[in-house]
Amino acid sequence: MRHKYDEKKIRRVIGEKVQFVQGDASAVYGALLAGCSFFAGYPITPASETAELMSKLLPKAGGVYIQMEDEIASMGAIIGASWAGAKTMTTTSGPGFSLMQENIGYACMTETPCVVIDVQRSGPSTGQPTEGSQGDMMQARWGTHGDHEIIALSPNSVQETLDLTIEAFNLSEKYRTPVILLTDGEIGHLREKCVMPEKGEFEIIDRKGPTVGRDKYVPFQADESLVPSMARFGDGYHVYVTGLTHVEKGYPSTSSAEDHDRLVRRLVDKIEKNRKSITMVEKDYQKGSKIAILAYGASARPSAAAVRKLRRKRKKVDFLRLITIWPFPNEEVRELADRVDRIYVPEMNLGQLVHPIREAAEGRAKIIQVPRIGGPLHTPKEIMDAMRKKA
Amino acid sequence: MMAKKKKAYRLKHYLREELLPTTFCQGCGCGTVLNTYAQAIEELQINPKDIVSVTGIGCSSWIPSPYFKADTLHTTHGRAIAFATGVKIMKPEANVVVIAGDGDLAGIGGNHLIHAARRNVGLAVFLINNMIYGMTGGQVSPMTPLGDKTTTTPYGNPEYPFNIAEFVAAAGANYVARWTTYHVFPLMESIQKAMTKDGFSFVEILTQCPVSYGRRVGMRTGEEFLKYFKENTINSLKAKDMTPEEIGDKIIVGKIVERNRKEFTTILREMNEERRK
Repeated sequence: MRHKYDEKKIRRVIGEKVQFVQGDASAVYGALLAGCSFFAGYPITPASETAELMSKLLPKAGGVYIQMEDEIASMGAIIGASWAGAKTMTTTSGPGFSLMQENIGYACMTETPCVVIDVQRSGPSTGQPTEGSQGDMMQARWGTHGDHEIIALSPNSVQETLDLTIEAFNLSEKYRTPVILLTDGEIGHLREKCVMPEKGEFEIIDRKGPTVGRDKYVPFQADESLVPSMARFGDGYHVYVTGLTHVEKGYPSTSSAEDHDRLVRRLVDKIEKNRKSITMVEKDYQKGSKIAILAYGASARPSAAAVRKLRRKRKKVDFLRLITIWPFPNEEVRELADRVDRIYVPEMNLGQLVHPIREAAEGRAKIIQVPRIGGPLHTPKEIMDAMRKKA
Repeated sequence: MMAKKKKAYRLKHYLREELLPTTFCQGCGCGTVLNTYAQAIEELQINPKDIVSVTGIGCSSWIPSPYFKADTLHTTHGRAIAFATGVKIMKPEANVVVIAGDGDLAGIGGNHLIHAARRNVGLAVFLINNMIYGMTGGQVSPMTPLGDKTTTTPYGNPEYPFNIAEFVAAAGANYVARWTTYHVFPLMESIQKAMTKDGFSFVEILTQCPVSYGRRVGMRTGEEFLKYFKENTINSLKAKDMTPEEIGDKIIVGKIVERNRKEFTTILREMNEERRK
């Protein structure tokens, strides 16, 4: 079965151009617009709404939905379907995201495009299923074992959830790597205005296919882009895909340091060397600021409100919002650290991104955590109070 | 005596020749399975282009992965069936074949096995049962007989093994059989049946691991295992007229179940097409 991207049909399935929906729904719209044709999932709060809506809309849009027996299987199924030529996605939350980690590493190692949306909830363990959190920022980075690079994005609104879901598919196809969208229970369940982008307002990127004949094709040989072309199963290329360390032909090489080094460095470099083009941030700087707020995702909302309130009081404050989380926007954070003396970092965890922020700042500014856990967003006042205390 | 000219292996065009010889130990049954499988494909005249082999982790996963030349997905431990389900849904016309071991399919991946059988996904699954975790050096598996000594049951195995074929039959598979590496011709026919039967097909293939299992239970060679398989098996057709006492400890080989439930991806496709009208 070959999926044909039929934009008219997809728009008909999505419905109204302007809708008042929750983030879990706009993620589904984004996936459909990006050309997702296979979804495998497992119910989990607060991500179940994505699966429910996918099960309803994806078949109408020409794709296939399946509920698997667990999140391990969901992740496996989307990787298998991706090799059969589909653009694939799964959605989950913390506990399920933990179960997916081994197969996410498999997707990194085998360079399989796929998208994972993690609607983060309060943990550890079962935690508070209905409460949002930013507890998986580091799990997204280092949840799977071994050296690897990953792409992760984090939206702060329902609209941006749609936009970044499309972006996640594009990045995953372009770099042949799993891409994680880190939303959370707050954004996932928040209802806001959402506008479907028009044709021409967004790009659709498809993975490159083989450009040489079957006997000349070397499945894991990359050109200067460092991203190999991907042959689809069934097209006669007899591709061998393994999570073992492999040479360019795909064959296992389990005890050569050189082969391992060459492969893993390329997997890291293909993302690392494109950090600049993958990085998305929102900057709002004022000349002469000595303080800044650096936030991402849901906690960027009260942070932006705090910035507005401070400015109303004629206080100068810089604001930086990270949209790309991994690879980490080192340069942008360093630039901010050069501008100000103190950077406040409100996170819905006890300190996760504060660590790479400190590393990137290299001591040029003082980094101060403003942690909050247990569900509700920070209030702008809470952030401003934290800033007053240290001021 | 005149030096005999070495005859090239007749089925080698099905193999990734540059990766030979195989890594299998002396006396291992995996080579027998690979040979029988290649012969089955040859007789069915299936183009390898139309096969996707999906495997897990363990010695038996190496049978097609990397040796059999077709599109091959060598997945994580236990998860082959989950990956294969994704492939089959998006490529229902392909022969999606899973070959993996007892540790892989009955142990860590047992959940995927029973759910795929329940869904009746059109996969051909071959469980290579050597009754041990061979690749890691001989630890007890869910298929190791009660009482056997292994590297992790030094005082004997306190657990009962699965009757995995009956289990998969009960879960809803369309075709289930059990054979051994001694019964190569009926095994080949059974592989062919599994490859051509619509719906979930499952063949448990009892095989020998003299190196990681046999030497700890007094069977140091492949031949001893084959002799054991020969002498300790009863065909299911005979067994159905025998009492449990008469069957005793004997292993039942042959067809366990055959039914004609509609295949999962066919149902899925029909339902989805209904929505698209």
